Amino acid sequence: MMHTIYDKSKGGRNVSAQARTREHRLDIPDSQLRETPPNLPEVAELTAVRHYTSLSQKNFSIDTRFYPLGSCTMKYNPRAAHKAAMHEGFLGRHPLLPDEFDQGFLKVRMELEAHLKRLTGMAAVSLTPMAGAQGEFAGLSIIRAYLNAQEQETRDEILVPEAAHGTNPASAVMCGFKVREIPLVASGDIDEQALLAALSERTAGLMLTNPSTCGLFEQRICEIAQHVHDAGGLLYYDGANLNAIIGRVRPADMGFDVIHMNLHKTFATPHGGGGPGAGPIGVVERLKPFLPMPYARYRDNASIELEGRFEQGLAAHPSSMGRLSAFGGNAGVLIRALAYVRLLGGEGLRRVSEHAVLAAAYVAKRLSEAGFDLAWPDRRVTHEFVISLKKQHRDHGVTALDFAKRLLDYGFHPPTNYFPLLVPECFLIEPTETEPIEELDAFVEAMIAIRDEAAKDADLLKEAPHDLPVSRLDEVRAVKELDLGVGSD
Amino acid sequence: MSEVPDNLYYTETHEWVREEPDGSVTVGITDYAQDALGDVVHVELPELEAEFVAGEESCVVESVKAASELYAPTTGVITEVNETLESRPELVNEDPYGAGWFFRLIPEESLAASELLDAASYEDMVEDE
Amino acid sequence: MPYIPHTSDCVDTMLGRIGVPGVDTLFDEIPTDLQLERIKELPEGQDELTMLRELAELANLDPKLTCFAGGGSYDHHIPAAVWDITGRGEFMTSYTPYQAEASQGTLQLLYEYQSMMCALTGQEVSNASVYDGATALAESILMAIRSSRRAKRAEQLEVLTAAGLHPHYLAAARTCVSGQNIRLRSLELGEQGISRHALPDDNPPLALIVQQPNVFGRLEDIDRLANWAAERDVMLIALVNPLSLALLKPPGSWGEQGADIVCGDGQPLGVPMASGGPTHGFITCRKSLVRQLPGRIVARTLDTQGRTGFVLTLQAREQHIRRAKATSNICTNQGLLVTASTLYLSIMGANGLKEVAARCHEHTLTLADSLCAIEGVKRRFEGPVFHEAVIELPRPAQEVADALAREAGIFAGISLGHWYPELENCLLVCATEKRTASEIDAYARALAEVLAK
Repeated sequence: MMHTIYDKSKGGRNVSAQARTREHRLDIPDSQLRETPPNLPEVAELTAVRHYTSLSQKNFSIDTRFYPLGSCTMKYNPRAAHKAAMHEGFLGRHPLLPDEFDQGFLKVRMELEAHLKRLTGMAAVSLTPMAGAQGEFAGLSIIRAYLNAQEQETRDEILVPEAAHGTNPASAVMCGFKVREIPLVASGDIDEQALLAALSERTAGLMLTNPSTCGLFEQRICEIAQHVHDAGGLLYYDGANLNAIIGRVRPADMGFDVIHMNLHKTFATPHGGGGPGAGPIGVVERLKPFLPMPYARYRDNASIELEGRFEQGLAAHPSSMGRLSAFGGNAGVLIRALAYVRLLGGEGLRRVSEHAVLAAAYVAKRLSEAGFDLAWPDRRVTHEFVISLKKQHRDHGVTALDFAKRLLDYGFHPPTNYFPLLVPECFLIEPTETEPIEELDAFVEAMIAIRDEAAKDADLLKEAPHDLPVSRLDEVRAVKELDLGVGSD
Repeated sequence: MSEVPDNLYYTETHEWVREEPDGSVTVGITDYAQDALGDVVHVELPELEAEFVAGEESCVVESVKAASELYAPTTGVITEVNETLESRPELVNEDPYGAGWFFRLIPEESLAASELLDAASYEDMVEDE
Repeated sequence: MPYIPHTSDCVDTMLGRIGVPGVDTLFDEIPTDLQLERIKELPEGQDELTMLRELAELANLDPKLTCFAGGGSYDHHIPAAVWDITGRGEFMTSYTPYQAEASQGTLQLLYEYQSMMCALTGQEVSNASVYDGATALAESILMAIRSSRRAKRAEQLEVLTAAGLHPHYLAAARTCVSGQNIRLRSLELGEQGISRHALPDDNPPLALIVQQPNVFGRLEDIDRLANWAAERDVMLIALVNPLSLALLKPPGSWGEQGADIVCGDGQPLGVPMASGGPTHGFITCRKSLVRQLPGRIVARTLDTQGRTGFVLTLQAREQHIRRAKATSNICTNQGLLVTASTLYLSIMGANGLKEVAARCHEHTLTLADSLCAIEGVKRRFEGPVFHEAVIELPRPAQEVADALAREAGIFAGISLGHWYPELENCLLVCATEKRTASEIDAYARALAEVLAK
């Protein structure tokens, strides 16, 4: 039986050590006051500590397991980066501090901006977007603002490859664009003819991930960029896969006009069970005036100001795309990223992409030798690659999902499955640069062992996982009953 | 192999359409479509008297892993919706051509004149997918 | 190599197995002119000790001010256990809980968080958080428009906000909804720092946003606003400080029918100010609106053996399935901050939370009284407040605040002239439970000195 914290609650038990009850001066009218206290658990502090510690132990995590999770870059994030960000001198800063008393943090922003500009080749970087998807929204809003300023309001179409991350079309729609999907050719690259046919005077831009969500480097990227620019559109770079090229190839050199980076993937922020992240954007010179607020800059040689720290309305920054959050974004994530860049340096960052690609190529080769089908066997893999389990599905009736669940029993977090959507029964595998060869080998051995199990006893896979706190959960029941909280029904 | 009754019309977006004696048409999703969606957990029905143009989104059907739209197969006005689906969405899986129907509408023009598929063409289309 | 475990032997083994002479060959599909030998001007790598020392120097670079500012970010005490447990590797380094069986810890915690947010706000369902309070408001507006039956027939998608909505929230919401032709209009600010009581009778907006307490700390006449909205089929969005709800009427009980959607920022619940982020934004709502609720949502269900377990549910609304038709492009929640808030609420309980709220309020009243005892200083608005108040000075507030910071190490509050030119002489002040009587005295003495000059 799984007890929630509410099951451990008992009236009158938490005589809080935090704030002993006493009489207060309360001048708030009764009509504004709550009549009954909120239903929060009443537990002793030890009960809370023990409850959440034991919950944590039910999780897989990088600290305990290997996560070859494609498109997520689940690598080791140095603890030192976390420690640097948890310094009380950073945590205690109010977001509306006067610039004069915030120079330490503003120096962090300026230095990180400078490094990200160098790494991407972009003319300017904004650190305010709080996640990759918000970076996409910001980047596309900048494209919108730029086109409007050019009196090209009629350009209302964003092109995305059919294998793109779901956030790409969703962000485009949030910005008021229409979405057109561009198919891929057999090699996995974008269909250049289809792209040419889709480009028109309505094209606002093309969003690309490169290497793509199929784990392939778009070989004709420079020509593609040329086509889009010739048609009057702009090129957007989804930085989800930056780990594959960091320190070696710069998005600006490929012809991209706007990019976002996922600091929680490439730059050392732990995923935290789903956040926080940060999605800084970079732009070329002509898009600089449209960057979101606030924005740090040198006022003179000695001091830095955070322009737009206080919102002063549209009139103060008429060209800016506006504000994305209450304050200046996820500062804590920015500090971690700076710590990471400093720890690795230019050389270390280049090693990241080299070893991420090396590890992926090695795992791909071993799986392929063992008889697993690479989705694009004639291509170089990048930092990640796709295999299809269609053959295993056909021969043994087991699905990619069954494989994934059985991997849990072997102690591995499964790879991303059923994405990209166009490869049936697929795994998207990203080993990252931080796993030792012994771990990579153990993963391959587990895949082989599971395939052998599938041949002998498919039910072992279909009923997996067997060794976790729960077996497969009834998702239909979850939606139908919609029990979303204690006391919700 | 999914079931494709002969007496119905079909759309490329996997709706079926049945002509009723009173001149209205009944609309649902095909056996193939319900199978592809998996367990249906929720439907959003159109409002009565709503007007739709052929091809326009008319309602949403949702399973655990997917959600998709039903497109109006022909231009017309909604006269009846299958409210039972709100409490028993599983009927879409259990009986797609019967109790799992979605709505009725009065078409603006006769069905034959519109570009719907017959059973044989729909079956060919599904086999190609 | 820092953080890369491959020895030269390992590298040779891998290259040999792959069948390539060197790592560079693995990049041979990338046009050579795109590949750089090295990227200029990047620094040399630092060892951990040096990096930590230098970043600590930056952290300590500025004189620390005693914080009397609120305005959306509050200097509360965080119990020691909160970040000790939140910082456990199993919470901090886990992924989004898509693989439910391997994520029961995070999923159950999110379910408990949802329960607690519903309890605080008086609502039926909660999501597992969005980025921050401002994005929570923006998403709530989009949600209200999607849920409004009247929106389908409306010529103009108009949303009305009560006066005293935090200007940063308004600006961020405007950015997020402007792509969808939604117009935001604000009610006029009355003399007493709340909305002027002239609500439109015809052409009601599709939704009304009410911040409580508002940006000045003032309590709006919420029952009246809520009833006005309910009578006209206007969706009511409440923007609230979650800590205030230990004392104040929950939005689910505003007026006859309550708010439809409640949102806000979770920072006061165990999350450090940290220059404004990361925090987390919460959204709760009526159960009938759950399919329009963006972000991740966790449900309790059963496994194949009948055991209780937790899963992400209603995923068909989300971008990874719905793509262009998703309710939002939102992908992450703010898992780690939600973990901190869940621990905070468990450790505080309803009593502890109420005590903190009451102390914050009392300290602010004491501060306001002490400051107003100085000649020429007075409260700007009459009427009830919670935990923040506006003080009017005899001269421009920014000058005075600068002097207090430089001479006395006091962050005196937010100079409201930044946002409202007509309030140039006003300071928005806040004294949380952390501010001591002697700190409050020191502020009053320093202010008296500065004003005497």
